[in-house]
Parts: sequence; structure tokens; C-alpha cells
Amino acid sequence: MTKERQVCLSGTGVTKVFGLGRRKTVAVDHVDFSFYEGEVVSIVGESGSGKTTLAKMLLGLLNPTEGEIYFQGQKRDISTHRKKREYWKNIQAIFQDPFASYNIFNKIDTVLLDCIHMRGGRGLPRAKKVEMMAQACSFVNLKFEELTNKYPFELSGGQMQRLMIARIFLLMPKILIADEPTSMIDACSRATILDMLMQLRNDIGMTIIFITHDIGLAYYVSDTVYIMERGKIVEHGSADTVILHPREAYTRRLISDVPKIYEEWDLSTV
Amino acid sequence: MKHTIQQVFRSGKFIVGFGIFIAILLFVFIYPLFVPDHPLTIIGQGTFFEPGIYVNVYDSIGSPKYTLNLESAAAKRIASKLSRDDRTAMKEWLIGYGIAEEEIDIEDTSGLLELWTNNYNPKANIPGLTNAKRNYYIRLNASLQGLLSTEGVIIAAKNPQTGALEERAVVAQSDYVNISRVANVRVLPLGTDNFGRDVLTELVAAARVSLQIGFVAGFIATMIGLTLGLLAGYLGGLVDDIIMFFTNLFTVIPGFVLLILISFSIGQERRGATTVAVVIGFTSWVWTTRAVRAQVISLRNRDHVNLSKLSGHSIVYIILNDILPYIASYVVMALILQISSGILAEAGLSILGLGPKTTERPTLGLMMNWAMIYQAHVLGKWWAYLPVLVTIALITFSMNLMNTGLDQVFNPALRD
Amino acid sequence: MEMGKTILEVNELTTRYITRFGESVYAVDHVSLKVEEGKSLGIAGESGCGKSTLALSLMGYYFAPLHYMSGEIIIDGQNISGMDPDEVRKSILGREIAYIPQAAMNALNPTQKVLSFIEDVIQAHDPYRTKKEIYELAKGFFESLGLPAEVLHKYPVELSGGMKQRTVIATAVILFPKVLIADEPSSALDVTSQKMVIKMLRNLMEDGFIKSLIFITHELPLLYNVTDDIMVMYAGQIVEKGTAREVVFDPLHPYAKGLMGSIIVPEEGVRSVKLTAIPGVPPNLKKPPMGCRFADRCKYVMPECRVTSVGLRDIGGGRAYRCLLSEEELRRAYKHD
Repeated sequence: MTKERQVCLSGTGVTKVFGLGRRKTVAVDHVDFSFYEGEVVSIVGESGSGKTTLAKMLLGLLNPTEGEIYFQGQKRDISTHRKKREYWKNIQAIFQDPFASYNIFNKIDTVLLDCIHMRGGRGLPRAKKVEMMAQACSFVNLKFEELTNKYPFELSGGQMQRLMIARIFLLMPKILIADEPTSMIDACSRATILDMLMQLRNDIGMTIIFITHDIGLAYYVSDTVYIMERGKIVEHGSADTVILHPREAYTRRLISDVPKIYEEWDLSTV
Repeated sequence: MKHTIQQVFRSGKFIVGFGIFIAILLFVFIYPLFVPDHPLTIIGQGTFFEPGIYVNVYDSIGSPKYTLNLESAAAKRIASKLSRDDRTAMKEWLIGYGIAEEEIDIEDTSGLLELWTNNYNPKANIPGLTNAKRNYYIRLNASLQGLLSTEGVIIAAKNPQTGALEERAVVAQSDYVNISRVANVRVLPLGTDNFGRDVLTELVAAARVSLQIGFVAGFIATMIGLTLGLLAGYLGGLVDDIIMFFTNLFTVIPGFVLLILISFSIGQERRGATTVAVVIGFTSWVWTTRAVRAQVISLRNRDHVNLSKLSGHSIVYIILNDILPYIASYVVMALILQISSGILAEAGLSILGLGPKTTERPTLGLMMNWAMIYQAHVLGKWWAYLPVLVTIALITFSMNLMNTGLDQVFNPALRD
Repeated sequence: MEMGKTILEVNELTTRYITRFGESVYAVDHVSLKVEEGKSLGIAGESGCGKSTLALSLMGYYFAPLHYMSGEIIIDGQNISGMDPDEVRKSILGREIAYIPQAAMNALNPTQKVLSFIEDVIQAHDPYRTKKEIYELAKGFFESLGLPAEVLHKYPVELSGGMKQRTVIATAVILFPKVLIADEPSSALDVTSQKMVIKMLRNLMEDGFIKSLIFITHELPLLYNVTDDIMVMYAGQIVEKGTAREVVFDPLHPYAKGLMGSIIVPEEGVRSVKLTAIPGVPPNLKKPPMGCRFADRCKYVMPECRVTSVGLRDIGGGRAYRCLLSEEELRRAYKHD
């Protein structure tokens, strides 16, 4: 029995243009998309494909020049700061560089406390807040007692990225946009990060949208894959379909350009 | 934070600059405690007294006398009275008289004197000797006679009733007084200026005022620059356009010309030190604004700022917490540079006569102005302008050194 | 396996970093390796494992704070360790060994045309070549590598990232050195440019322009497709050696096993296999632990591991690994999990 999947985030004709006149760049060119609840989607593209710009528009950090974005079926309205805050209770992000995600002047507790406050917990007693933060940390295999009152530079890259996931645990958004979350993490720690994200998806039905250039990662982790080239979506579908039976030439080239270990890697098509 | 401060004090350049600056500050604040006179009091009647120790002659007459027999005393006395010109004149006379030139050594005081005493004849006919010159030699001889005698002098005072001179004291050639016993001694390490004011006291007061002006001007300029830069950089769009429009306006109009115009229009009467400082501050914020704006633009798209937004923080919070601390080191350096340029701007204005009122407090620029107007440099009275120059140079040098040191601390790529 | 001529032999090489405060961090610790003519060696490992330092150390030319301590580097019979740095620069670099650091394309002077850069490089080694000769040489060489000759007349800013990187590689080997050491030559590039760089390196080997290649990267699928043998490094030491196929599909050392288990490729079957994760972080090399450096993170750790100094175990055929457990014990443990 398959439950009717709900669309949680979708868009039609979404476009972003930077600059004017002759120096105009079309970063995102009239894209349509539909992301379902609980789905793991990857948006794959090389640098300059527009995937990061699209992610920022999904997050509401950039406004589209044209097109509409729908959240839970309704046209998204984030015209005021208050509306933005409401929206951000439902959609959050993890960024590529764990070091750059932190304000180096603040203790790491601030990051977690901000989340508690965002969910209305500002008036809670200190003990309760500590309990919540400790719970979030243990979800990501970190000990809150060891980390409290530390500054970001005292942590390792893997720890910082996991703390970002702890943040998501506290916020429980409906949608998570993960922008290259593992590209700056050691290969051995990648699986840990990915597992934690998957667990969040399984526990609360969170939609995860991965933004990545690594098509292997996209294949491994997603249900659905979107391929972007120069601002347009050239192909999308289930991961198996797109990666194993690509329809478009660009997709085929993208896949063939990645080194393989189980099959022969064809270098002649360069 | 603590770590940063530790690092700052490890920078050699910063320490040297800081040291010089603190030394200047301390001197400027401690000196007035020892010499509490108002800097603009005229103490010298006459212009440009040379640096030196000035001993009150009247008091030294009344002071206890000590007899010292020093061998070189007589020779020194005569040597100081005989100027180079005098000696050359004597030599000329002697040659004209017929003495061979090789035998005359104008450096040898006693030899020269001996030749002179043996040969001088006021009536001698020397070719080319004018009457005026003849009288000059007579006077010279008279003063020399006085020198060669070993008589002391008699100090006499007029009896208020009879009008006759009564002897008060006798001063022998071997009488010495101890300066510390003399009631009135004034050390003037830098002499006096054209008005007769103690240059050192003036300088200290002027440095203090200039520093104050520099600080006020620098602070105002930095605050304006910081605020405008933050708003323009972070908010972008229309706000940025408007602020940049004004910034460009102020760039195109030469700041100094603007300063001159404003100073002039305010008028001499209302131009106090603080007013000048404010005016300087309000015309020199351009560079800081641009620099801060550039930094903020590069910061506003950083991940931690985005994350702050996603955590629901307001624009004000983000600017104060996520942007400002990241540019703090930059702003400190900008402040130092603005202070230093504020001091220079005031000096420039004052040299032109457009600085603070001349009657209240001296400033470094004003002192330069006076020295220039009263031709100190032409007359060779170096103490009226050289110390001022050195002070300005030291202040700005020490500040720039601190700045370079800080730059190296905050930007590791610049370390030697 | 036919034994070819050994082009590069390294014996017990030890180098270390000396910090500003006088502390010394062991960078490369008694590393030995051999590369044969016509073969390539890949050095794999994660950030901080010492692979870049090893590459620098192999070059024979040291920049402070890296200092040579002991050991031998023998190229084609010539021992270059302990040679005067100036001698090394003049006669060894570029001719015997060429080294391409990470992001080498940034070494191109933005105000110099490519040809001018190549002229500088060649004239530093061979002052008597005329500009015409250099141009002919460069043109011929570039074309044989698939690079258009116009590149020579362009400024670096006019070239794409991939083109720049290939230009730098071509320039590095223009004097046909025996060994090329490439440190992450393709990491900063998009996949298509990456493929072009890899193809170029393969061509260099196949056409005999260079005799051996040492390729350093953290991306294992690349090594598998480029190099004959692979060496895995951890915390400054070699923990496994073998042919590419052996190391990737049949790793022995627990770290290597974990590393291979975290490879993701867009190929069928990958989705169903769970990625392995190794908890913890590598040890601080300022005070390396006494026993096995992987002990804190190893699933199969025993008390002896922490106190015994573990050497590299040679099991023949060029295969070696650094663990107290025997081959059979390790394979059994892996099968069990």
C-alpha cells in the first residue's frame, strides 16, 4: 500500500538573473520542480550550473526574478521578516564548509540556543535548555558536557558538521537543504554524516535536498535525482533511472567522466 | 580575545610604536604638573630667545658668593668676548700695520692679544682705514683693555633721597654663585618664540590639543565611516546607492578644500578646537566608509551570516554580531589612521591660519604658522619650528607603526 | 610479475617539520618504497596523513620548515639525498624528478604568456637553447599531448582551469624527467577536466615521456584507474602496499578496509551496500602514540597494539601491511563482520 505522496516544495518557471544589460547572467533559467515529503532528492550539477543559486532561492535567501515557488501547495509568501521567520521553521540548511558556518567569536552553545529560541523556547528554564541541547548532541554522537563553552576553533571539522546536524535535530524542519555536506569531510567520516541525515529523514519524514557535484554521492543517497546544466534542469527522475539509464547526452557525459571501479572507465570519450 | 591581545603585544613594530606613543602621551600629561604656567603667557620681552638656562642677574648679585680660582677662566672670558669677526678685524689691522701674516693666528687668543697690545696705535695710518672703522678699533681696544684688567666691578644703587650712587656690592672676577641658590632661574630648553613664549611649554600644550583634536576628529570620522559602510555594505540596493552617491561626492570634492571652505565660513570667532575637530571629522570619513563597505560586502554572503538569518535573527543583530566583530580589527586600524590624519589635517589648516582660534590654546599647526609668519626659518631660529615638526612626525610615525604592527597580527599573510 | 628496472628507490626516508617554536613534528617516518620503470604508484590517504609531505620529501628539495633527517632517495642509480640544495635544483629537478604541487595551475604568472613561462623553465636548466628551439619543442610536445598550440600564446587568465592544469603538467615534464610526482593534480577541477588530466597522465606514461608516475590523492577511484600500485598512508606511516586491484578489493589493514568501504561510485549495486565509517580522528603527530597509530579507532584492537611498535609486514609480491594480526586472522574477521 503506497500512501499518496504530498508535495512539500515545488516551483514553476523559477528564474534568477543577475546584473543588467550586457552583463546579465542567467543563473537559473525557468526551472520546474516538485519535491515530495520524506523524499531524498539530489540536485547535481557542475560549478556554474546554478544549483547553489537555486538552493538559496529555495531557502528564501534570494528572491527569484521570475517564477513561483510553492510551499505545501500554497504560493510562498516571504515578503516580511516575520513571514521569513515562520518559513524558516520549516526549512533549514547545512553548508559545505563546517568552519565557515560558525561565528568564530561565539561559543558553540549559541548555535544550539538560537535553535531553541527559534522554536519559542526562550522562556524555558536553563536546565531544560541544557537537557534539550544534550539530547541533540547525543543524537550526533557528541557529548554536550565536553563541548559546552568551547569555541568553534577547538573542534574538528567532523565535529562541527555533526553539530550542524544537531542543530537540525533541535529545529526539526520539514525540509533540509544540504549543500555539499560531505565534500570537506574525510571519507571515513562521510558515512556517519550521511547516516545521521538519513535517520532524521526516517524519524520525522524530513525531505532532504542534497546539492552536489558528486554524482556518485547523489546516486548512493537519493531517491530522486535532478541534473542541472547552465541554469536548466536537463533531466530528472529516480536515481536508478537517471544514473543507470541516462536519457540526455549531458547526463551520460557527466556519468562517464567519473572514474569507475567496477566497470571499465572509458577514457576515450574525452 | 585575550589570545589576540597577547599576539598583538608580540609584534615588534606595534610595541615600538605603542611605546613611542605612550611616551609622548605621558610626557604631555606629566609635564604640566611640573610647569603649571599657561602656555601662551609671554615671558620674554623680545623675539626668539635662544634655548638655554636663563639666570636672573639681579638675584645672582645678592646670592652668596663663592670664590673659585679656575685656570681657564680668564682665557674663556676673553675668548667669549672676541668674536670671530673681531679677530679677523684685528688680523686685518695688524697686517695693514706691517706684521707678517704668518705670525698672526686668530685662533690663538693670547698670542693675538699680545701682538695687539704691543702694536696697537690708534693714530697709526693704515691704508684703506675709514673713520668709522678707526672708531671701531678704538672701541674694540677699549673693551679689550677692560678685559685684560683683573679688576672687578662695583654694583651701585641710587639713593632715593640724595640721588647719589651708593656702592652696594663688589663683584670680583673670581666670584661664582651657585645657580640653585639663585632665586630666579628659568630653563628654556627650547627658547622662546617670536612672541616671547616658552616654546617647550607651548609645545606640550599644543601637542595635547592636537592629540585631542586628532582623537575627536578620528573618532567622528571612524564612526561615520563605520555606520555608513555597514549600512551600505549590508543592505545594498537603494541604501547603498544613496550612501555611495554621497561618498563619491565627497571623494570628488577635495577634502582639504572642503575643510578650508568650511573653516573659513565658520569664521575666526567660532572656531574653537572642538569645532575644528568636528569639521575635520565630518569631512574625512570617505576612505573608511569605502573600506568598511568593501569588507562588509565580502562578509555578507558568508555561511555563518546565512545561518544566522536562517536562525531568525534580525538585521540589526546580524550586523552587530556576525559582521561587526569580523571587521573590528580593521576598524581599529582605520581609527588609528584617522586620528593620525586628523592631527595632520589640523596642522595643515592652522598653517594656513584656518585652524582653531589663536588666542586660546596653541596647536602644533598654529606653532608652525607663527614660525612661518614671523620668519623663524629665515632668521635661523630653528627652535621655533623644528621641535614642532619632530613632534608631529613622531606622533604620526608611532601611530603608523602601531598600525603596521596590528596589520601583521591580524593578517598573518603579511608577517615578515 | 616481471621485474623491471627500479627507477626510484627510497630507503628509510625520514623528514620532519620544525615549527617556529622549535618543536619538531615527524612528517615522514622511515618510509621505503620502490617504483619500477613504466609503472605508476598511487599514494592514498586522508587529510593530514602525510601524503603531500611524502611527495615533497621525495622531491629531494626541501623548503623550511621541512627538514631532511635521514634515509636515501635513489633515482636511476643516483643517490640524491644529502645533495646540496642548489645542485638539486639545477640538475635534479625538472630533469630527473618533476613535482607538481596541489593547485599547481596557480603557479602560472598571470602577467606572462605561457610560452614565456616555458622559456623561463627551460632556460633555467639549459641556458643555451634559443627561443626558436624552445618554441618548436613546446609546440611539438603540446600537440602530441592533445593541447592546441595556441595555448602557448595565451595568458593564463584566458585559459580554463583544466587547460591551465594540463599546461602546467606539460611544462613540468617538458625536459622528460624520469619520475613525475603529482599531488592532487585534478582535485580542483570539474569532472570533465579531471578526465582530461587523467588521460594526459596516462598518455605521458604510455608514450614514454616519463618513466614513472607517483600520483597522490584522497580519491581512490582515481588511483584505481591510473596507477598500477597503491600505497595507503595513515598518520605519517605507510599502512598498506600492493597492486591497485589488491588494495581496493582486498585490503588487509583495518584502516584501508574502512577507507575502501567508504568509496562511492555511480555504478550499479552501490546503493545496496552500506558505507563504512571509522569513528574518531587521527592522532596528533607532535606526540605520536607508542604503539599502533590506528589503535584508538581500530575495531580489532588488542592490548598489545598500544604498546608494541608495529612494523610493515611484507607478505611477498610487493604486498605489505602494518598490523600485528596475521593475514588469515584479518580475513576471517572481515568475513565475520
